[in-house]
Amino acid sequence: MATAQLAPVPQITVDRVRPQPRGWTSWFTTTDHKRIGILYMVTTFAFFCLGGVEALLMRLQLGSPENTLVAPIVYNQLFTMHGTTMVFLFVVPMMAGLANYFVPLMIGARDMAFPRLNALSYWLLLAGGIVFYASLFWNPPEAGWVSFVPLASSTYSPSGGEDAWIYLIHLTGLSSLLGAINFYATIANMRARGMSWGRMPLFVWAILVYAVLLIFALPVIAGAVTMLLTDRHFGTHFFDPANGGSSLLWQHLFWFFGHPEVYIMVLPGFGIISEILPVFARKPIFGYRAIAASTVAIAFLGFLTWAHHMFTAPVPEAILVFVLVSSFLIAVPTGVKILNWIATLWRGTVEYSTALLFCVGGISIFVIGGISGIFLATFPIDWQVNETYFVVAHLHFVLLGGAVLPIFGAIYYWFPKITGKLLSESLGRLSFALIFIGVFTTFLLQHVMGLDGMPRRIYEYPNVGHLHLYNLISTVGSFILGAGVLTTIINVTRSVRRGVVAGPDPWKANTLEWFTPSPPPQNNFDVVPRVRSNEPMRDIRREIERRTSGAPSAGAATVPAGATQVGI
Amino acid sequence: MTRIPPALGHLASAALAFFAPESGGSPNANQIDTLYKIELVIALVIFVAVEGALLYALVRFRARKGAVAAQIRGNTRLEVGWTVGAALILVALAALTFAKLSSIQNPPNSGPEGLQLASASGGQLLASNKRLPPNGKALEIHVIGRQYIWQFVYPGASEPDGLGAPYSYEEMVVPTNTTVTLDIVSLDVVHSWWIPELGGKFQAVPGYHNYTWFKVPKPGVYRGQCAVLCGRGHARMIATVRAVSPAQFEEWRARQKQMLSEADAQAKLAREKLKTQNAGAGQVENP
Repeated sequence: MATAQLAPVPQITVDRVRPQPRGWTSWFTTTDHKRIGILYMVTTFAFFCLGGVEALLMRLQLGSPENTLVAPIVYNQLFTMHGTTMVFLFVVPMMAGLANYFVPLMIGARDMAFPRLNALSYWLLLAGGIVFYASLFWNPPEAGWVSFVPLASSTYSPSGGEDAWIYLIHLTGLSSLLGAINFYATIANMRARGMSWGRMPLFVWAILVYAVLLIFALPVIAGAVTMLLTDRHFGTHFFDPANGGSSLLWQHLFWFFGHPEVYIMVLPGFGIISEILPVFARKPIFGYRAIAASTVAIAFLGFLTWAHHMFTAPVPEAILVFVLVSSFLIAVPTGVKILNWIATLWRGTVEYSTALLFCVGGISIFVIGGISGIFLATFPIDWQVNETYFVVAHLHFVLLGGAVLPIFGAIYYWFPKITGKLLSESLGRLSFALIFIGVFTTFLLQHVMGLDGMPRRIYEYPNVGHLHLYNLISTVGSFILGAGVLTTIINVTRSVRRGVVAGPDPWKANTLEWFTPSPPPQNNFDVVPRVRSNEPMRDIRREIERRTSGAPSAGAATVPAGATQVGI
Repeated sequence: MTRIPPALGHLASAALAFFAPESGGSPNANQIDTLYKIELVIALVIFVAVEGALLYALVRFRARKGAVAAQIRGNTRLEVGWTVGAALILVALAALTFAKLSSIQNPPNSGPEGLQLASASGGQLLASNKRLPPNGKALEIHVIGRQYIWQFVYPGASEPDGLGAPYSYEEMVVPTNTTVTLDIVSLDVVHSWWIPELGGKFQAVPGYHNYTWFKVPKPGVYRGQCAVLCGRGHARMIATVRAVSPAQFEEWRARQKQMLSEADAQAKLAREKLKTQNAGAGQVENP
């Protein structure tokens, strides 16, 4: 009876098999989610490097008081480009890239639901990046990544740079929106047999919520920048107070998008952490349901807190109080996640792989950003620290800890799957150490700079108090951080060519992407195993152990047929 | 508490001050500072506990020969426990904030040594965020932001339509021990009024009024600068508040008013001269 069930039953009949296209032109025509994922990741990492160079130039300018290294206009352009790049061209699309590659693999699908739409998403993203960076050759935007009106209106920012920013928002927004719809459709419809909602990997949960957040938040910013565009060029007055418009409206619309955007950036990072920790603790994730539920709770509450970016604006007291409470509330599910992660490590056998180090480092950095967020949610305190370097420190702790370090963790974790080669662990540890030390050296003292009265977005500061010393330390730290990023770039470029062969499942991981060879074939799975828990690969490994050790057991009959292919 | 050696106490307060906002110029700034410090102590405890637990888990449970990972998938009681625990801490913090709120938001009466003021001018109390001291008496200064300079208009208009009021740029002069309310507006882009030692920042948004207050106990100079990106000159848009005795303030205001009216008169003369010249030359070009 057991043998009868073991014979593979073809589940999908393909009418014709196209040979995989080869050559560099195939990268332009591909609709394979894995190749699109690689395009996403390489492109966004390139933008990350550009944004990093912009940050280093800013830190050089601020390394000494009353510095004249860059002109005021150039400095304004630098922080506008840096913020916009990191948010719209790095973190959000990098998550889309990782999701593109791994969501279909993790749920046992052969591609995304709409492969051509997927390709369109990528090319729209690239178009947005090119339109934005093309402004370098004319007039880059200089109104900050938040583009407050009236500063961003045609009266005060007549140059085309602001329009380049608007088109970037439109193009990357459209890209993300189409991508989000695609992720939702894929996750909702294409999961392997047996993968109920409660057995989905937590990264997939995070991407599902990321997609829903994008679908709700992006139309708002798309509408807002369209209004800005028509204000600038077609004579409307949505944001013009002199003609009955409201400049405060922009702040509301921008932050109604902008705050969920924070969770769009960090929730996938949390998903990555939730995947990597149990693998290297050799222990199941603690509180699977609590983590998935807190992801949903954070996303919901994230839409109720936008006005905490506007505590110093003329808004009614009732809004201040409401937003204080809703912002405090969000700390609860966030704290639940962190405690569950710690509980996952607790009583495990933790292997200090580079991927794990980046995740744990990310958590410890995020904790600081989360705690400083409580100060910022307390609106009387916010009145003192908002719009200063305290906020700069806060947002960098949140985004570096919640998104960037997990992305690096993901690179180290999934690189063997993507390329079939292992990254060097020693270079990886060096990279982690430099990035971790760099983050604290750069940003910890920025809290104090803000408390001492240094506003953000200023190209120079007077030499009073210890401002020079703090800024100098921060500048040194930024270069340590940069060196850490460079180490990973070197590691990746070396390992792509000369890395140790990884095999299909180098980490003994839990999820289905490790069921396929590394790199996975074009169709991902010849046979998709049936999923019986939220750790399908663990079940499969255990079954193989049981069978190869020769001990017959009742469970052997239920081994998925594909299990025999693990060794490929 | 009294058993803590004084040196250690000084060190602790110095550390708190290092991580605390500027204060000392006005009661609202001091109250924010107190609230901040209480929150900081709670935050530090949470920080140490969470980071400590993380580090402990990492070191104590690192992979060793023979160690076997416990296969635990969760604990509902624990989940409920820390969810409720986190919520309770936040409820306490919110309660603390709301308890402190009125002393930060509501201006007190001016001191007896302060400037003698008439009751608040007009019934503008309908404006939502505008607050006055209990006796309704405050020195109201209009703060007007524009690229890249602050203008301050003081009460004391010589004409009923509000014209002829004394004003100054960049440096605001205020009497000590007097409750000063600010009515903050902008003429062009969004700016933000901020003098760290005198309390929080408030945006100047074109088309809106924003309000705050301060009350400086002793003479001194307090510095700040615009806190919302307002263009290329943003970093140079500075503001200073100079607190002087009420008598000196009255003197300064009278002198300022006189200088301004003299300058106005001279400008009027120059304009008329120009007009007659232009008329003589046949080219009427009146600005």
